[in-house]
Amino acid sequence: MGDMSDIASRGYAHPEVLVSTDWVAAHLNDPSVRLIESNEDTLLYSSGHIPGAVHVDWTTDLNDPLRRDYITREGFSALMSRIGVTPDTTVVFYGDKNNWWACYAFWVFQLFGHTNAKVMDGGRLKWEKEGRELTREVPKITPTTYEAPERNDAEIRAFRDEVLRHVEKKGQLVDVRSPEEYAGTRLHMPDYPNEGALRGGHIPGAKNIPWAKAINPEDGTFKTAAELRELYLNNASLQPDQPTIAYCRIGERSSHTWFALRYLLGFKNVKNYDGSWTEWGNSVGLPIER
Amino acid sequence: MTLPPRLQEILDLFATMDDPADRTDLLLSFADQFREVPPEVATRPFGRDHLVPHCESEAYVWAIRQPDGTLKLHFAVENPSGISAKALAAILDRALSGLPPDQIAEVTPDIVEAIFRQNISMGKGMGLMSMVQAVRSLAKAAA
Repeated sequence: MGDMSDIASRGYAHPEVLVSTDWVAAHLNDPSVRLIESNEDTLLYSSGHIPGAVHVDWTTDLNDPLRRDYITREGFSALMSRIGVTPDTTVVFYGDKNNWWACYAFWVFQLFGHTNAKVMDGGRLKWEKEGRELTREVPKITPTTYEAPERNDAEIRAFRDEVLRHVEKKGQLVDVRSPEEYAGTRLHMPDYPNEGALRGGHIPGAKNIPWAKAINPEDGTFKTAAELRELYLNNASLQPDQPTIAYCRIGERSSHTWFALRYLLGFKNVKNYDGSWTEWGNSVGLPIER
Repeated sequence: MTLPPRLQEILDLFATMDDPADRTDLLLSFADQFREVPPEVATRPFGRDHLVPHCESEAYVWAIRQPDGTLKLHFAVENPSGISAKALAAILDRALSGLPPDQIAEVTPDIVEAIFRQNISMGKGMGLMSMVQAVRSLAKAAA
């Protein structure tokens, strides 16, 4: 298990939230573990996934079908039942794009207090590069009973008015979008369609640290704590003991940074502002910096 | 505009797929039929002028004129996770190879929406439409 000791040796505040591909390979038949694949590309899971893994789609499974909000307690309970998870199950997320969507799903699961959750370091990319098994066989799941608590947004989710107060107090903000989006020269990700903001720029005082800088691009694994500290603390002067809010365009990329700050660097109080730029850049009267 | 018959057939087939799972299966079956550009047409490193812009799957496209004046399309998709790009490449090859360039040049990128519908993710749509656009440009140049 060289990989395990590798994660343990990287100096993270909470190394237990990451598991290696070796660990996952060794737990494929462990009934107390449920693997969950979450991708941007909705075809990927069907084209081949880790044996036993279930699919959770960020749009259809985690979002309310009507309102711009996440699913309710009932929806989450039904989802957990469908994917065969009990409160005691260890859920392990992985996915494409450096675990971008896996971290997003992880974050939504934390809104419902399923703390028994981990992310497979390196995601699909590392698993595939190591030539490990993928299957198209969808696991047959026996539904469980799962009674989720009410969604608790207070701890890790930030809303617009709270962000505005945070700005007024000169609180720490991390804008994890591309430098062009941050500068306001473009309103969407490079090569992505414009998904609607009337104004370009960033929330006043936000530091720009593109989310993927936390990742080693060759295998999708997280950088070491020392490298992350260089990035967030030394370069961007963020203080781990200060309340911090991360945002992007709709809150998915920033859930990746939220994960890195909270668990890998041990920031005490980090929230993800999922309204993000599609709310802030469209709201009447909110302050913007360029 | 009337679409080439084989393309219309494929679009009609997708139009009957109401269940997202069926649509996904059909897309995967096309992805499975994908064959990379043969070495007699192109070998690595592929020429940058054949690279499809905006496609994160790193797709390449070639349109080779046949003795009868029609075009044969070839593709390469370098990203192993580029399942959608492979599916679209297989569909375009099946639907358009063997047609004269002026007919191929008539096909517009909006077919992507008809084929992928809810399987278009944020990032993919642009890249896939860009693949169709690249085929169109090559066909126009050959017409």
